[in-house]
Amino acid sequence: MEPYALLVAATLNAGTVLALAALGLLINEKAGIVNLGAEGMMLCAAIAGFATVVHTGSDLLGFAAGMAAGALLAGIFGLLVIGLGTNQYATGLAISLFGVGFSAFAGISYVQEKLPARPHFEIPFLSDIPWLGPALFKQHPLVYGVVAFVLALMWFLYRTRTGLVLRSVGESPESAHALGYSVRRIRFVAVLVGGALCGLSGAYISVVYTPLWVEGMVAGKGWIALALTTFATWRPARILLGAYLFGGVTMLQFHLQGLGVQVSSQLLTALPYVATIVVLALISRNPAWIRINMPASLGKPFHPSS
Amino acid sequence: MLQLERRPQASGFWRYASPVLALLLTVLIGIGLFVILGKDPLRGLQMFFWEPLKSAYALGELMVKATPLLVIALGLAVCYRSNVWNIGAEGQFVIGAVAAGGVALLADKETGRWIVVAVVLAGVAGGMAWASITAWLKDRFHANEILVSLMLVYVADMVLSYLVYGPWKDPAGYNFPQSKTFEAATQIPRLMSGSRVSVGLLIALAGVALAWVFLFRTRAGFAQQVGGLAPAAARYAGFSSRKALWVALLTSGGAAGLAGALEVAGPLGQLTPYVPAGYGFAAIIVAYVGRLHPVGMVFSAILMSMFYIGGELAQSRMGLPKSITGVFQGLLLFSLLACDTLVAYRLRWRSRRM
Amino acid sequence: MTDLTKRSVLKIAAISVVAAATLVACGKKEEAPKAAAKAEPLKVAFAYVGPVGDGGWTFAHDNARKAVEKQFGDKIVTSFVEKVPESADAERVFRDMAAQGNKLIFGTTFGYMEPMLKVAADSKDIKFEHATGYKTAENLRTYDSRTYEGAYMAGVIAGKMTKTNTLGVVASIPIPEVIRNINTFTLGAQSVNPKVKTKVVWVNEWFNPPKETEAATALINGGADVLMQNTDSPAVLQTAEKMGKRAFGWDSDMTAYGPKAHLGSAVINWTPYYIKAVGEALEGKWATGQSWWGVKEGAIDMVSVAADVPEDAKKKVDEIKAGLKDGSFVIWKGPIVGSDGKEILAKDAVADDKFLGGIKFYVKGVEGKVPN
Repeated sequence: MEPYALLVAATLNAGTVLALAALGLLINEKAGIVNLGAEGMMLCAAIAGFATVVHTGSDLLGFAAGMAAGALLAGIFGLLVIGLGTNQYATGLAISLFGVGFSAFAGISYVQEKLPARPHFEIPFLSDIPWLGPALFKQHPLVYGVVAFVLALMWFLYRTRTGLVLRSVGESPESAHALGYSVRRIRFVAVLVGGALCGLSGAYISVVYTPLWVEGMVAGKGWIALALTTFATWRPARILLGAYLFGGVTMLQFHLQGLGVQVSSQLLTALPYVATIVVLALISRNPAWIRINMPASLGKPFHPSS
Repeated sequence: MLQLERRPQASGFWRYASPVLALLLTVLIGIGLFVILGKDPLRGLQMFFWEPLKSAYALGELMVKATPLLVIALGLAVCYRSNVWNIGAEGQFVIGAVAAGGVALLADKETGRWIVVAVVLAGVAGGMAWASITAWLKDRFHANEILVSLMLVYVADMVLSYLVYGPWKDPAGYNFPQSKTFEAATQIPRLMSGSRVSVGLLIALAGVALAWVFLFRTRAGFAQQVGGLAPAAARYAGFSSRKALWVALLTSGGAAGLAGALEVAGPLGQLTPYVPAGYGFAAIIVAYVGRLHPVGMVFSAILMSMFYIGGELAQSRMGLPKSITGVFQGLLLFSLLACDTLVAYRLRWRSRRM
Repeated sequence: MTDLTKRSVLKIAAISVVAAATLVACGKKEEAPKAAAKAEPLKVAFAYVGPVGDGGWTFAHDNARKAVEKQFGDKIVTSFVEKVPESADAERVFRDMAAQGNKLIFGTTFGYMEPMLKVAADSKDIKFEHATGYKTAENLRTYDSRTYEGAYMAGVIAGKMTKTNTLGVVASIPIPEVIRNINTFTLGAQSVNPKVKTKVVWVNEWFNPPKETEAATALINGGADVLMQNTDSPAVLQTAEKMGKRAFGWDSDMTAYGPKAHLGSAVINWTPYYIKAVGEALEGKWATGQSWWGVKEGAIDMVSVAADVPEDAKKKVDEIKAGLKDGSFVIWKGPIVGSDGKEILAKDAVADDKFLGGIKFYVKGVEGKVPN
């Protein structure tokens, strides 16, 4: 039974990466902004985090650096999209492209670097429980952190006034504006926070998940996170579950190989994407459903008329 | 402090000046980057702006790189002008290449040159078929075309991977994941010897003319764009937005598939897992920087190709890192997006005291 | 902005563009040819598929390039282009290398085969060296290293160190070379521990650290406690370090990436071959052919063996090295049985290079089927 415990543990780990980024994108999208630049933000954060840990030895500073890098790129995105009204999709793509290139550029001297010995995390008594222990309780604190964050985010979005304002900005910026809220400022903050979360995910990849730096190491997870947000119909809890699902699929593919089961690796790799398309089709089918789920102003620019 | 003030009408001057200014800004930042890296900035600029142009061979290589970008961008321009956001041209490119490759693999030593036409048509059909998935899902299920087309890119990569690792793997290829090298008969004809430029260039230029006529001189083209710019008005005028959707996606899918066929039956000559080269995404930038205008995109395709080739040369001749190409391309798009604001807004210096 | 200001901006913009163009044109002139007082150094160029910092495959090639520079001093001038994709772009890179006056060009991955052949056909006065390929020409020859010898020695160590009798291999792409390495690793382990089994996970890429990490995790989940890889990054070793298992470095010495987990590194040393190739080119003795070098020629080695490996295993590895050097030891010698139970090599039969080059089967002890 032990091997499956380790599979669960690995899935939680992989899912955390996706969940952090997807939650960041969710905050963006709840405010009505689509940021296609996740991949670029995550990569820049990965190198920022890695380099910081190399120089300071502190994981915490590494995470902070990653969040700052993500927020910085998101800030540029926000200035262009919200401040100057540029097209969200093109700007997001530019961030992605730029981020991929810039991170490779900045990371050149770090490719051979190693981090100081990675700490092992264990919750004192719980980790000794047979099976459950290795499965659930030997994880990096962020794995538990993201679960806590999801709960906090759900409370924030659906039970606080600020959350309501955020959601209304995403649903109907005109109404929010008419009520006196600064749509642009709220969106900008949402973009920054979202960027910081994507940054945290990126730093997690290079500091915890695969503690080294190679260019392009995010390897498409930014795009998966984007898909995940839609797949989860813009609900935080579903994002977490979906992240574990998507993360688990890759692990499953390798695990099946280890067991001698011959499944086409391409089929398994394509599965998350096909699943996202199917879900998208299903939830969009009914315009009423879409209205309930998707923030109505998603992707549309807002120009305050004054 | 600086403020943005909306212009009463879009500035004609800045419509043309904005890309130039964006390029200038990119060049300036580029010079700064070269200096920071301790490299000679003039030589760096030379790599990007002179070397790719300086000989007939270099120009040929430039065309080889620019052709697929231009072809895909033409399709994307029709698409974006119709307000259909096809982000998945890369996937349509791959499936077009797969379809074209499939037909090419059917050829043997005796096959006549007509197979080239079949290969190209197969590419177009493949791209169209892949794009039609996105179109159908949007038409029938209102599914967001950005996400669907993007997801389909990864699925397309997996289809290619499955084929070159499996049924289409070259039996004499030592188990490497690649198809047989295509017979000479399937090769897209070259325009002249000594250069890799193919008739694809002529097809691309014909496409430019066709796109221009369609968009700016036909009723259908007009209807297509109105459907995108003002759906309500379009409906009132009797233009079908549904038709516009399908035309947009089939056009851009077919164009991307065509580019895929030209690549695979041209410079590549076989199917490998490396067929997806990012052209589908780069073409989005080409379309944008070219202002979604067929003639403008000719220039932006050439510019992007100069960045690609210049980046390669900068790496091999000056020891600059390869990633600098991506940095420049991203910077160009950023600058353009920022400079474009000047089309609709003007900068004003407002004194606080007023 | 007033009309006056607009016009000024336009003027400034136009002048800048003209100025930049002029500067560029002027800058071009600095490329005046340097007349050398002594013989022109031989220009040697290298095309790498990965980044020089990958710590694995490309890193090993670049180390050899630097060694060659040191060896030949100012008789040669080397340059390299990294991350050249195995696609249509490769041809342009090789042509540019040819146009830049390089007379000896190395292409370090299989996927450069067709582009190099094309360029070689057009540049008969330039010599091309293609790593791991199988097509040659008058001015293009292939070279490769017997990585399976390193895999065998790793297997011997692994067989002694495993406690679960299950080994794991993170494999890249199912080409004969990789399958051969998996088999040889298993044979080596079985020579000291007949009960050993090997599990394999294919990532279908040469270089993808996150995927390699996940594959390594899956293998450990499946019970493997000693890992080997045929991929290009240190991710597998790092995963072993994280999970308290053991692993080997591959292509280059990877000790630093996992000091506690590291058992040894099966390294490729391209220096001896590169020195030979450059020397032949300098002396005009270069001729086409196919080279496959191993421990005997100094191209393969097992280095940095961990201190806690038992003495008898270390001794056996040294014996193997000596035996390979003087030809007294052959790895692929019968009896060898396939995973389907059928005999592949009869007792005392020796496999030749052709046989080794076409391996598409698993030996007994390797679990699963070879992906087709």
